[in-house]
Amino acid sequence: MLALEPRAQPSRFWTWVSPALALLLTLMLGVLLFAALGKDPLRGLQMFFWEPIRSGYALGEVTIKATPLLLIALGLAVCFRSNVWNIGAEGQFVMGAICAAGVALTADKASGSWMVLLVLLAGVLGGMFWASITAALRERFHANEILVSLMLVYVAIQLLGFLVHGPWKDPAGYNFPQSRTFEAATQIPRLMAGSRMNLGLPLVLACAVLLWVFLFRLRAGFALQVGGLAPAASRYAGFSSRQALWTSLLISGATAGLAGALEVAGPIGQLTPYVPAGYGFAAIIVAFVGRLHPAGMVLSAILMSMFYIGGELAQSRLGLPKSISGVFQGLLLFCLLLCDTLINYRLWLGRVR
Amino acid sequence: METYALLLAATLNAGTVLALAGLGLLLNEKSGVLNLGAEGMMLCAAIAGFATVVHTGSDWLGFVAGMGAGMVMAALFGWLVIWLGTNPYATGLALSLFGAGFSAFVGVSYVQAKLPERVPWVVPGLSDIPFVGEALFRQHPMVYLAMALTLSMAVWLQSTRSGLVLRAVGESPQSAHALGYPVRLIRFAAVLGGGALCGLAGAYLSVIYTPLWVEGMVAGKGWIALALTTFATWRPVRVLLGAYLFGGVTMLQFHLQSQGVQIPSQFLDMLPYLATILVLVLISRNPLWIRANMPASLGKPFTPTA
Repeated sequence: MLALEPRAQPSRFWTWVSPALALLLTLMLGVLLFAALGKDPLRGLQMFFWEPIRSGYALGEVTIKATPLLLIALGLAVCFRSNVWNIGAEGQFVMGAICAAGVALTADKASGSWMVLLVLLAGVLGGMFWASITAALRERFHANEILVSLMLVYVAIQLLGFLVHGPWKDPAGYNFPQSRTFEAATQIPRLMAGSRMNLGLPLVLACAVLLWVFLFRLRAGFALQVGGLAPAASRYAGFSSRQALWTSLLISGATAGLAGALEVAGPIGQLTPYVPAGYGFAAIIVAFVGRLHPAGMVLSAILMSMFYIGGELAQSRLGLPKSISGVFQGLLLFCLLLCDTLINYRLWLGRVR
Repeated sequence: METYALLLAATLNAGTVLALAGLGLLLNEKSGVLNLGAEGMMLCAAIAGFATVVHTGSDWLGFVAGMGAGMVMAALFGWLVIWLGTNPYATGLALSLFGAGFSAFVGVSYVQAKLPERVPWVVPGLSDIPFVGEALFRQHPMVYLAMALTLSMAVWLQSTRSGLVLRAVGESPQSAHALGYPVRLIRFAAVLGGGALCGLAGAYLSVIYTPLWVEGMVAGKGWIALALTTFATWRPVRVLLGAYLFGGVTMLQFHLQSQGVQIPSQFLDMLPYLATILVLVLISRNPLWIRANMPASLGKPFTPTA
């Protein structure tokens, strides 16, 4: 029989190898799934792991989806490290998109290209505002942040629905529930011709570096994490838990809002009901699989983005539902949690000693 | 008058989904395990139940399938959290995220499917009473089963030996272990029971309440049910009443819409979620009160030291 034996201390080796093993397990389950659906497993895996990186254009598409995932995950990592369970990033993303669109729609043909900065700023503020509701209710009334932030997702999505069906609907849009297309001055500039890769990519990479500095080089970042790991020690050291709550929620609101702004002013280019694409939830997986570490999350965001693109390809080329990417993303998180047991436990063939 | 009777009837119907899920989560949490995966279990159960009814034509087989789906997912969750000691928050979220993806994937071919017409079930005699009969006695049997389940769960938890053991495991797993009770097995059983009830709620939603399958159709009801256990300070009868209250909010939204009230429908659709936040705020104001009622070991792992 297999038996688990607790380790004297967490294994450093498995801390780093476990995500890779989890990916391998997910792949094996994926092969089984493709085989069960009567599709050639090799061709299935090719859609997920080769097609998305095959050409420059395809790589650009990977960065387009990895950008919001990574941005949101960076913010969530601050929350999870300080033991604040913000799982409503999707709502903060939508609110960022709404506020960004609000600014973008005021632009006209004569607007200068500096407008795009205002659009991004509006997104950041929108996300922060939405997250601050959760923080305020948590601080003032002790309301559980998991439930409040999640309920606010549905509220934000309804608000988006109201705007695109009502006041912001494009009068020349054949009655489709969507805003008019943003002016060029308010669209995120692309990095090069022939690819949809845009300025969001360097921006998000800069954010990853900033997060690394904040978490590992600044006292404020250290205080947050102590609060998460050992609340008693944190109180003794005089670190404020109130400050940790607000800082982490505002940071994650800001990054989610920025991601929302980059999304509507970037690849989408208008406000539509399809803005909430689940990035806010998928980013939770990105954060965990990336070990809440900026460098790890860069890798996991790329991986999750490939899952999204693989799902789209599997739909168009293999006739599988696009939601297969959601299956893989969920499986990956499960496998990670399973493999993470190896960090604290040793696996034995035989009886527990 | 007729309208209000129908409104009351619809409220009970809508509340039943939340009540079943809420009772399941209450069972779960009484044993000290917090499961954030209700939304995912309900989604998978909804499609499992719906697909079963499409193929077999039997609602009750659909319910069984939903319960089975919920239990399989709960078993996975329980194994990871109770035996492998994974973080319950992350594992529950994984269940919800996976459930959303998996149900959408499996459900694609059922999006347009329709269920057979049903003959409404009425309580003989009582359903002819004016108003009351219309409001209370023309419901699906599951509505009454949910009520019966609530009462029996309240009695079971409060006045039986096994109910006391479950509460002991949730309040102080160390003491229960010292008395020789298999804490982890009891917790696992409670998690399975919670999964079965969440599954039943999901199947009732797709088979009877809606009745159709749409991707993401649970739309936060799993999370509202999770909030319900807190509102109800972990008491079954209060879970049921809270569920009806939320059922009422949902129905109020449809009622206002049909009355032609000049509020955009999206704002009415926000009502259940805003109501959840509002009640959560009201109930959480006094943290001591919550702490006094919450199972003391909720969300804390337990490893028996031999």
